[in-house]
Amino acid sequence: MQDATHRLIERLVESTGPVRRLRPPAVRAALWLLAVLGLGATTILLFSDLPLFARRARDPKLDLELVGTLLTGITAVVAAFHLSLPDRSALWALLPPPWFALWIASSAYSCYRHWISFGPDGWAIGESAECFRFILAAGVPLGVSLLVLLRRSRPLAPARVAAVGGLGVAALAAFLLQFFHPFDVTFMDLSVHLVAVGIVVAVSTFAGGFPAK
Amino acid sequence: MTTRAPDHELARDQNWSRLMAAAQDGDRAAYERLLHEILPFIHALAARQHRAPDRIEDVAQEVLLTIHRVRHTYDPSRPFSPWLAAIARRRSIDLLRRRGRIEAAETSNAEAYETFAAPVANRQEAGRDAKATLGRAVAGLPPRQRQALELVKLRELSLADASRLSGKSAGALKVNVHRALKALRARLKAE
Repeated sequence: MQDATHRLIERLVESTGPVRRLRPPAVRAALWLLAVLGLGATTILLFSDLPLFARRARDPKLDLELVGTLLTGITAVVAAFHLSLPDRSALWALLPPPWFALWIASSAYSCYRHWISFGPDGWAIGESAECFRFILAAGVPLGVSLLVLLRRSRPLAPARVAAVGGLGVAALAAFLLQFFHPFDVTFMDLSVHLVAVGIVVAVSTFAGGFPAK
Repeated sequence: MTTRAPDHELARDQNWSRLMAAAQDGDRAAYERLLHEILPFIHALAARQHRAPDRIEDVAQEVLLTIHRVRHTYDPSRPFSPWLAAIARRRSIDLLRRRGRIEAAETSNAEAYETFAAPVANRQEAGRDAKATLGRAVAGLPPRQRQALELVKLRELSLADASRLSGKSAGALKVNVHRALKALRARLKAE
């Protein structure tokens, strides 16, 4: 048995060669985030109705929601890059949840208000489906690019890394959505957002859960 | 808050860190030395969770393979031991879980093959047992009663056919069947 281990060492040594070290996780996360936010800013400038957004942004609830989504996205992506390495603390996973809670609480508050004021209209589907498609459509390319980068670390717990990364992607997609969202969040919107976020997280967990080669 | 490692551990860690940095640059001799030097450290970590020597060796081999696969993730500006220990712990737990799964699927429970809690599930077993008991009881009957019982009740021949086959009168067969059943009942009740 010990001989087998020594033979294994011999084989590993024979097959080794120079490897490219990974850059520090914070740097890798920052580069990815900069690329995504750059693309996002370009899309917003080109396609969104900024005057409408400016009017909606006077509502402090929306501002809270924006802060919540953006910080959930940033912290989750940073945490995912750290968690993908063997020697970083598992506590990184605790960085995004407070911001996620802020995001959900602020959306939930505005949808509660609307539910009260609009009654059953708050339940109508239609625009919600658009948001659903937006989060999935924005989430897929973002998620794929992030997972490709995260897999370079060959994480020991790939599913956890992918789940945190997926949350970041879904949050960033929801942040971008706010610029194309002509109204405040309704109860249906919130459920749809959560389902879309759940799908992005689940798909990335599943895709990232395969052992890296 | 961090407890300071003793000097010899610090020196050892720095040495491993240097060896790994050299290995990352393609230095095979450094890599070989490192893998041999860390082996006792891995064994010690694995021994915390596993008793059997061959299992500890399994963990060691998996840890070595993982180190090889993720060696580009080590950052030489950071201590080496926590990186190594995290990999070793992870693989050790993976092996425990795998073993747990295998054992959960392979529970050896001799009784499970013989009986189940629900009486319905035992019909086949009970049937087999009853057949054996009945067989023994029938075998214990006097020859005349046994013959009558076999022809009339087991082979379900008519009294006329049974009489032709056995050369006994229908009346005698009837009496012997009756006595046989009575004897069997008494015998099975006693068991």
